[in-house]
Amino acid sequence: MNHALVQLAAEAEKENPLIPPWPELVIGLIAFVIVFGFLAKKLLPTINKVLEERREAIEGGIEKAEAAQTEAQSVLEQYKAQLAEARHEAARLRQEAQEQGAALIAEMRAEGQRQREEIVAAGHTQIEADRKAAASALRQDVGKLATDLAGKLVGESLEDHARQSRVIDRFLDDLEEKAEAAR
Amino acid sequence: MSADPTQTLAFDTSCHLFDGCGFPAPGLHSFLFEPIAGDTDGLYFNKPMLLALLGSILVVGFFWAAFRKPQVVPGKLQMIAEAGYDFVRTGIVYQTIGKREGEKYVPLAVSLFFFIWMMNIWSIVPIASFPVTSIIAYPLVLAVIVYITWVSITFKRHGFVGFFKNVTGYDKSLGAVLPLSMTIEFFSNLLVRPFTHAVRLFANMFAGHTLLLLFTIASWYMLNGIGIAYSAVSFVMVIVMTAFELFIQAVQAYVFVLLTCTFIQGALAENH
Repeated sequence: MNHALVQLAAEAEKENPLIPPWPELVIGLIAFVIVFGFLAKKLLPTINKVLEERREAIEGGIEKAEAAQTEAQSVLEQYKAQLAEARHEAARLRQEAQEQGAALIAEMRAEGQRQREEIVAAGHTQIEADRKAAASALRQDVGKLATDLAGKLVGESLEDHARQSRVIDRFLDDLEEKAEAAR
Repeated sequence: MSADPTQTLAFDTSCHLFDGCGFPAPGLHSFLFEPIAGDTDGLYFNKPMLLALLGSILVVGFFWAAFRKPQVVPGKLQMIAEAGYDFVRTGIVYQTIGKREGEKYVPLAVSLFFFIWMMNIWSIVPIASFPVTSIIAYPLVLAVIVYITWVSITFKRHGFVGFFKNVTGYDKSLGAVLPLSMTIEFFSNLLVRPFTHAVRLFANMFAGHTLLLLFTIASWYMLNGIGIAYSAVSFVMVIVMTAFELFIQAVQAYVFVLLTCTFIQGALAENH
C-alpha cells in the first residue's frame, strides 16, 4: 500500500463519516439550489403552461364534439317532428278529400234523382195533355165520321149543328154506357 | 492533484493474491478523496464536489432540453421528461399531500427526486463510480432544507402553540400517557427526524458503494493463478450488484421524496 492511501486510512480513523466538512455542505447546497432554481423558476412553470394548454385542447375538442352531437340531435328531432307533421297533414288532407268526395257524390245523386223526377213529372203531364188532346180530337173525328156514316145510312141531313152535336153526344154516351156495362 | 495515478482509484492496483500482500479491503478511506484543489484543512475541491455540480448541471440540462420550448404535442425527449415529472407530481405529491395543497410543493419534490437520483446514479457511471450521496454532507443539506420547509409550514399554519401541539401530537384523549407520548413525539419528530431522513439515504448509498467496491477489488485482487475462478464469481457479483444498485438508487430517491411529502402533509394537517 502506498503512502498516500495509508495517510487517507489514518485520516478516516480520526474522521467520523457522520460529521460533514463544511465545504461539502456548501457545495451540496449550491448544487441543489442550481437544480431547484432552474426547475422551480423556469422549467416547471413552462411545462405546466403547456400541460394546461394540452388539457384545454383535449377538453376543447371534446366540448366541440359534444356541441356537434347536440346540434345533430336537435336537427334530427326537428326533422322527425317535421316528418310527423307532414304525415299528419297528408292524412288530414286525404280524409278531407274523402269526405268532400262523398258529399259530392251524395249531392250529385240527389240532383240526379230530382232531375229524374222532374223529367218523369214533365212526361206524365205531356202524356196527360196528349191523351186529352187525342181524346177530344178523336171525339170530333169519331162524331164526324159517325154523323157522316149515319147521314149516309139514314139519308137524313144531319147538317144542323145543334142537332148534330146532340146526336153525337147521345151516341157517345151510349158507347160509354156500353163500355161501362161490358166492364 | 497528485501526480501518482493510483490516487484516482479506490485501491492499490498493483496488489494481487499470492503476491504477498493483503486484501486491500474497502473502508471509510474509500469515501475520502484527495482534493483536486485546495487543502483538506480549509477550502478545497474534490471529486464528489465535482460530481455534485456536474450532476446538477446534467439534471438542469436534461430538463432544459426537454422543457425549454415545450410543445403541446410532445417530442420524444419531452415525453420522457414529462413522464418523470408526472411520476413525482401525481405519484408522490398528489398521493400524499393532495392536489390542492400539494401543487405548491411539486417543484421541491421534483428537484429533490431528480437531484438525488442523479447523485446516486454517479455510483455506476464509469469513471465517476461514486455515489455523491454516500457522503453525509449532501443528504444532510437536503434533509435540512426539507426540515426547514416543514417546520416553517407548521409555524405558519398553526402558530406557536399549534406548532407544539402538531409536533408533539397533542391529544387529550390519551389521558395519563399524554406527557410520555408528547415527549417521545417531540424527540422523534423535531430532533431525530432530520437525522434519520439524511442517514437513511446516506447509509444505503454508503453500503451499496462499499459492496460494489468489495466485489470489484476482490475481482481484481484474486486475478492471479487459481484465484481467477474466484475472481470470475466475484465479477458476476459486481454485475449483479450494479444492477441491484441501479434499482436501489431510484428507490432511495423515491423514499426520500416520499418522506419529504409525508412531513409536509403532517405539517399541513389540522391535527396530528
